Order: sequence, then C-alpha cells, then structure tokens
Amino acid sequence: MTFINYAAREINCKIVYYGPGLGGKTTNIKYVYEKTNPNSKGKLISLATETDRTLFFDFLPLDLGEIRGFRTRFHLYTVPGQVFYDASRKLILKGVDGIVFVADSQAARMEANLESLRNLDLNLKEQGYDLRSIPYVLQLNKRDLPSALPVEEMKRQLVRKGEPVFDAVAAKGTGVFETLKTIAKMVLLELRKGR
Amino acid sequence: MPGTDLVLHEEEFTKIRDVISRLRTECNAKVVFLVDKNGQQIAANGELNAIDTTALASLAAGNVAATDSLARLIGEKEFSVLFHEGERDNLHISVVGGRVILVVIFDERSSLGLVRLRVKKGSSELAGILDVMLKKSASPRKAAAGGSPFAEITDEDIDKLFSD
Repeated sequence: MTFINYAAREINCKIVYYGPGLGGKTTNIKYVYEKTNPNSKGKLISLATETDRTLFFDFLPLDLGEIRGFRTRFHLYTVPGQVFYDASRKLILKGVDGIVFVADSQAARMEANLESLRNLDLNLKEQGYDLRSIPYVLQLNKRDLPSALPVEEMKRQLVRKGEPVFDAVAAKGTGVFETLKTIAKMVLLELRKGR
Repeated sequence: MPGTDLVLHEEEFTKIRDVISRLRTECNAKVVFLVDKNGQQIAANGELNAIDTTALASLAAGNVAATDSLARLIGEKEFSVLFHEGERDNLHISVVGGRVILVVIFDERSSLGLVRLRVKKGSSELAGILDVMLKKSASPRKAAAGGSPFAEITDEDIDKLFSD
C-alpha cells in the first residue's frame, strides 16, 4: 500500500525481504546501507538479539530521488526468518508493496526455503494479498558456496510465477542492487497502473 | 485494505497540521507526530531537529502492531493507549480511528493527565479528517487531483532514479 503525499509531494513504498533464517536478508539491507550515499539514506534500524539474529525487523529508509516532481522513498524491511517468529512476520507484511524472497542456495537449506515460501504465501493470503499479483523478485543467495545447488534446480523448485531471479552473494554485494532496482521498478510500475 | 493506496491531499494535510500543532500547544508537548499504522509518517510538529522522524515512525508502528497482537492474545480487542516513561522525556502513543497512530513526546513541563485529556479531544477531530482522507484514497485517483501524475510515469523516468 503506497502512501502518496500530495502535500509534501512524496511517494512512500514498502519493500519486504522475506526468506528462511540465516539466508542473508539482513546482509542485503546492510550492504545497501553501506553503499548508499549518506544523503539518500536514513538510519539503519536493527531489532536483533544479542547474537545478531533478527528479532523483529531491520528497517532502512532510502530516498531514490524525484519522479515527476515527487520524492520517491522506499522503506526496506526484513522479517525475522526463524520459524517461531511467525507472529512478527505477519505484522511486517502489513502494507507491503513489493517482496524480495532471499533463498539460501545451500542444498541443506532447500527445505527451509520451501517452508518459508509456503509461509509467505499463507501470510500474504491472510492479509488479503496474493503472491501471484504482488511485485515479487527471487534472489538466490550464497552462490559462492561449494554446497550451492545448481541454479536451474533452485529455479525449478522455487520459481512461482515467472518472477525475475537474481544470483547473489550478498556478503560481497553481488546481485544486491540488481535485486533492489528490479523490485523498486516493479513497484513503481504498479503505481502507474493506479489500481 | 490491501490494494488501496493511502493518498494525502493538501486540504486534509493542512487540517491535520493545524490540529496537531494546536494539540502540541495545548499539551505543552515537545513533539506531536502522526504515523500511518504501516509506519509512514503523515505529519509532525514541534522540536523535530533532534529526532530521526522516519525511524520514529517505523518503530512506533512496530510497537503498536506488536502490542495489538499481544492484546488479541489475551482476548482484548486492542490496547488503545501506550505510555513509555523516561527519565526526562515520555512517550504517549494512541491509535486514532483504528488506522493511524498519534505520538506525543513530552517532558516535565507537561503531565500524563493533561496529555491524555487533550489527546482524547484531538483524536476525535483527527478521526473525522482521516475519514475523508480514506474515502478520497479509495475513490479513483483521477477524481481527486485532476489526474494522477503517476499514470504517465515512463520506463525512462524510473531508470533515471537508478542512473548513478
């Protein structure tokens, strides 16, 4: 649900990074934070445990510049990936405009990817959204690990609707901005439709 | 209400700004702040320089969302007021019209009783304005402001945002 403020001439959109625990959602957002011009970003907020596991969410506001005289702002959120934080995940999905699913490429994590994807589908439905119609991008993270499954195999199991798919090594920044740009573009194109 | 964007027009913005500005004076508060339940800042008034308002908006919304869920867990509909007491500053958070969050930051120059009283009064006024805003948001965007500026967004416009 985009927030359009005609008075302040601002568009605010919400993008949520979803996926299994330890898949690299926070790493994506941290990389964006580190590489973004200080004028274009706000503070990175991480509500995490003492061991740096996401407890509630990470939040990063980004200012992308003007489009048709409107300041375009994106609010990036991550959800906690661990299975038992489902109540928190539901809260963060509220008002979402676009979703990035960060999948873990390690063979041993495929079951966790699938469970998280099922969980996303279910939680979206609960809020009246549909994974098939919401702007959605799939990121295959940790491509550099020796135990990574072949891309084609991952796509076969995880692609839901012909969404854009990006290979990534979020810790090194590979694929991070490509993913973000694509989802941001999809959200803005959705805005053009006017719904 | 997925699929319905929230649209704030000049007319409602001015009204909201006037109400929260008056509320701040009446409460003798440092800051009065209005946030959408999804964490988007709608309007703010007061000593804003020392505060990261975007972060405040997001955290206040997270706080209310978590508290709402806690309420439902124990069989309550909601906790309509949250109060956080600090050494110097205090935070009064309330939900207006079920949809937006009103945050008041105050120190020893005011009191919880005064803030509660004034917020109650201001809330009903804000709820009326929000009603109009939500109705306008739900109606086709064209009708509201002489045509949507976004219908004409080109791929080029969007690419430009990412050009650097």
